[in-house]
Amino acid sequence: MIREARTHVSRNEPLLFELSSPGKKGYQLPELDVPPVDAAEVLGAENTRAEIEGFPEVSEVEAIRHFTRLSTWNYAIDLGVYPLGSCTMKYNPRVNEAVARIEGLAWAHPYQPEPLVQGALEVMARLEAALAEITGMDAVTLQPAAGAHGELTGILLIRALLESRGNPRKKVLIPDSAHGTNPATAAIAGYAVENIRSNERGMVDVEALARIVDEDVAALMITNPNTLGVLEVNIRKIAQILHDKGALLYMDGANMNALAGITRPGDNGVDVMHLNLHKTFSTPHGGGGPGSGPVAVKRHLEPFLPVPRLKQQDGKWVFDYQRPLSIGRVRAFYGNFGVLVRALAYIMAHGGEGLRNATLDAVLNANYIRKKLEAHYEIAAEAPSLHECVFSDARQAKHGVRTGDIAKRLIDYGFHPYTVSFPLIVHGALMIEPTETESKRELDAFIDAMISIAREVEENPELVTKAPHNTRIGRVDEVTAARRPVVRWRPK
Amino acid sequence: MSTYPEQFRYTKEHEWVQVDGEIGTIGITDHAQRELGDIVYVDLPKVGAVVEQGKPLGSVESVKAVSDIYSPVSGEVVEVNESLADAPEKLNQDPHGAAWLVKIKLSAQDELSGLMSAAEYKSYAGAE
Amino acid sequence: MLAACGLSSIEELFAHLPPEERLTRPLALESGKSEYEIIDWFRARGAANVTGSPCFLGAGAYYHYRPVLVDAVVSRSEFLTSYTPYQAEISQGTLTAIFEFQTMMCQLTGMDVANASMYDGSTAMAEAAMMAVRITGRKRALVARTVHPEYREVLATYARNQGLEVVEFGYDAVSGALDLEDLERKLDGATAAVIVQSPNFFGVIEDIRAAAELAHGAGALLVDVFTEATALGIIAPPSAADIVAGELQSFAISPSFGGPFAGVIATREKYIRQIPGRLVGETVDTRGNRAYCLTLATREQHIRREKATSNICTNQALVALMATVFMTVYGKQGLRELAEQNLAKAHYLAGKLPLRFNGPFFNEFVATVEDPVALNEALLEKKIIGGLPLGRFYPELKNAMLLCATEMSRRPDMDAVAEAFASAAEPREVEAQ
Repeated sequence: MIREARTHVSRNEPLLFELSSPGKKGYQLPELDVPPVDAAEVLGAENTRAEIEGFPEVSEVEAIRHFTRLSTWNYAIDLGVYPLGSCTMKYNPRVNEAVARIEGLAWAHPYQPEPLVQGALEVMARLEAALAEITGMDAVTLQPAAGAHGELTGILLIRALLESRGNPRKKVLIPDSAHGTNPATAAIAGYAVENIRSNERGMVDVEALARIVDEDVAALMITNPNTLGVLEVNIRKIAQILHDKGALLYMDGANMNALAGITRPGDNGVDVMHLNLHKTFSTPHGGGGPGSGPVAVKRHLEPFLPVPRLKQQDGKWVFDYQRPLSIGRVRAFYGNFGVLVRALAYIMAHGGEGLRNATLDAVLNANYIRKKLEAHYEIAAEAPSLHECVFSDARQAKHGVRTGDIAKRLIDYGFHPYTVSFPLIVHGALMIEPTETESKRELDAFIDAMISIAREVEENPELVTKAPHNTRIGRVDEVTAARRPVVRWRPK
Repeated sequence: MSTYPEQFRYTKEHEWVQVDGEIGTIGITDHAQRELGDIVYVDLPKVGAVVEQGKPLGSVESVKAVSDIYSPVSGEVVEVNESLADAPEKLNQDPHGAAWLVKIKLSAQDELSGLMSAAEYKSYAGAE
Repeated sequence: MLAACGLSSIEELFAHLPPEERLTRPLALESGKSEYEIIDWFRARGAANVTGSPCFLGAGAYYHYRPVLVDAVVSRSEFLTSYTPYQAEISQGTLTAIFEFQTMMCQLTGMDVANASMYDGSTAMAEAAMMAVRITGRKRALVARTVHPEYREVLATYARNQGLEVVEFGYDAVSGALDLEDLERKLDGATAAVIVQSPNFFGVIEDIRAAAELAHGAGALLVDVFTEATALGIIAPPSAADIVAGELQSFAISPSFGGPFAGVIATREKYIRQIPGRLVGETVDTRGNRAYCLTLATREQHIRREKATSNICTNQALVALMATVFMTVYGKQGLRELAEQNLAKAHYLAGKLPLRFNGPFFNEFVATVEDPVALNEALLEKKIIGGLPLGRFYPELKNAMLLCATEMSRRPDMDAVAEAFASAAEPREVEAQ
């Protein structure tokens, strides 16, 4: 049988376990300066293991080649446009990486006595203050590890406040355009979820909301701008409706890149919100994390924030654990500190004016794409776009081509696809968020590709439905993967 | 165009039931499997579970969606089609036959009168 | 671009924002800084922390050597600046590495399935408890007091609003290991999970098999937690457990004042659909090539929404990659040798100190000292960071501290700690006479 020829050995890299051969190693430990001990003797033979069966054994060169070769199979922001809607894939400044690796920060132990970590505490305090200023809120916790974790923290805060008023209430309202994390979060916090429909402009229907909100409603979780990239222009009215009935307004701040420096949720009735530092504040997504999901609150929620809280005492920063109303901890230690360092570096580099300019550029970029693609793809909502624009595949579907196909074809043009099939309220959604990172030149190249694909759909739809053609591997069979899950390597 | 067996009764949620004495065999319709696409997993109740008409008795999953299966009748589950656990694709291949889901001992025969006939379902599914 | 959008000024982009909602002043932040100023500022903050001194703190965050290869790999743009690998065709690098990670986690823990990572060990443990609730349909968790105190606090936060009752059981005052009799007394038919940690918070190796037998006897699942992954190089894998929830910080993740770390959940094959978080599976592409993709996504929030196994979305992928590179560099033999060095160092130090417990321990142990804070202050004068005084978490252990020695601990520094203990003990003896 003739095997498919691949351009380079790097394209056929085996798994570590297949590379492995007995006795190979990529490390050298220092000579032991204390007497060795016999593990079976000090731990008991029943408590020790013989070997880690199947564990890899490779040399240092094999290790670095392995991972470097794998890396070439990835797309990345540093390679080009990464227009995933809702994900805010902006450039990750390398100075952030440099400062996060400064020894005094990277090697600070979380249980060092407070006087020995004043620098770390100051970083946290400064970031808390900056995020409070950007959001217009009164207090910030940096403990949550990611956006969804921040959501959970925020809803637990709401629950704690309502409990302290005598009744935690029963349900959380969530627009049908919301991220899936919102309903999952509300459920984990012990609330029933009631979905509310968006109006034809993709916004919360204020009149319908007024009819639904009653004494059973704990909160509304709103994403602003929403997942259509549309600003909720009635945010104050929405807040008023909720507050009149003793309910709270939670804002999912995933899309804060559309608002920073222009408008502040805290000035407009939002009680609690989270931020995604790995979106708005440029910390690298790393193939899926780490993130960080600080939660900002108005004063009435501050007593409930997770322990510990930072405070100043005799001119020094200390942790305050004496917080009787606190919801408790949401994770061990204090948060994804290394991510906090990066976000603060980003804020320092920008300053207030820089953040505002970034917002304006991000919104301009999205509107430019919208304008250029409107003639070729169906726009999902007529309302003005902010940082992202959402189209539907309605025109292309007539030729049997769906949003997922167009996405795969974009890969052939050298771009990462947009977000596919989300928000769910748009049938066959194409959700495009360019961020402020992209220059006009990059945007034009992306737009050209999208227009070219629209033409292909009409002239040669199969070219699109069979894409990608230029990648190391073709379309992946996700059905077989799900029917017969193979989630680990095993020896043949 | 699919053929819908005359002896089945159908629900608006695209399940079917075939009654033989006091035992009803339940499945999803050909229309349902086509809408769902490649089915990758089926979650079914255990034998002995009591189900209610119109309430979820399990779910079917495609790669990117989960859909509840609503029981067309009330009663007690007496048999479960275990073969679907290893071969969920059967639901795409033979939804009206080998890929039946569960057998239920009916507790209320009169519920059947509220369900659709094959002809009624065919026009209902066609219109959807 | 403005003209193309039909705008005359960039401010018009927000023309539809109600004027009263607009921020009419600049944000009160310092003006933008240059790279040089930023690095300078953070260096000063780093200098205001005391680091670089020998340190005997562990307790969930450990000082282990980070092979330079780790940063070389995770600094690659293709790993650092890519998103979650939803588009499999251009994400095979991340997907393949996660598949390798999942496999190595299974090999280490003796489980069949491991996920792509959780936020950290503490949230992994809370999620494992919720997973046990889903599997058993029960709503009670028994958690050992030898589990990391902050992990238990996180569990309490998660459990409170889900009607999950959490009950603690004790430890043996002599060995520092689980009080199995107390566990047996508290186990009942409503218990979903028994949660233990090994090596436990005191460093003591627990009898996982005995705990599992008791749990299984009551129809409950055993959840085993680890905070010191290095131990798995030498201790028996917790194969008797049903769910393993762990923290991988020891694998080339700098302590970084407590995060980002990476948690993981591993379990038996039969519970695969109840595991939270992302999973990578093997499959083929249209041309018959082996390929990887995210799989069983119907468990997750973006599909199942309020019925999802968890609300987790972003995880700790890059940090899990650090752990993967670390495990690769050390490999089968290296991880064992590393564990042996930790064992030897800790036993050397422990041999010179008054131990509070007599149970078998890996690289952490509890030593008795009248005033742990004063001892640490004395050590600090020698530029050594001592152990963790335990009174804060265990009032009954206020005269004890938890110490950790790793491959990074040097003999002269350990001797200095022993001397400090000895001189701390002297005045008391005088008083006693």
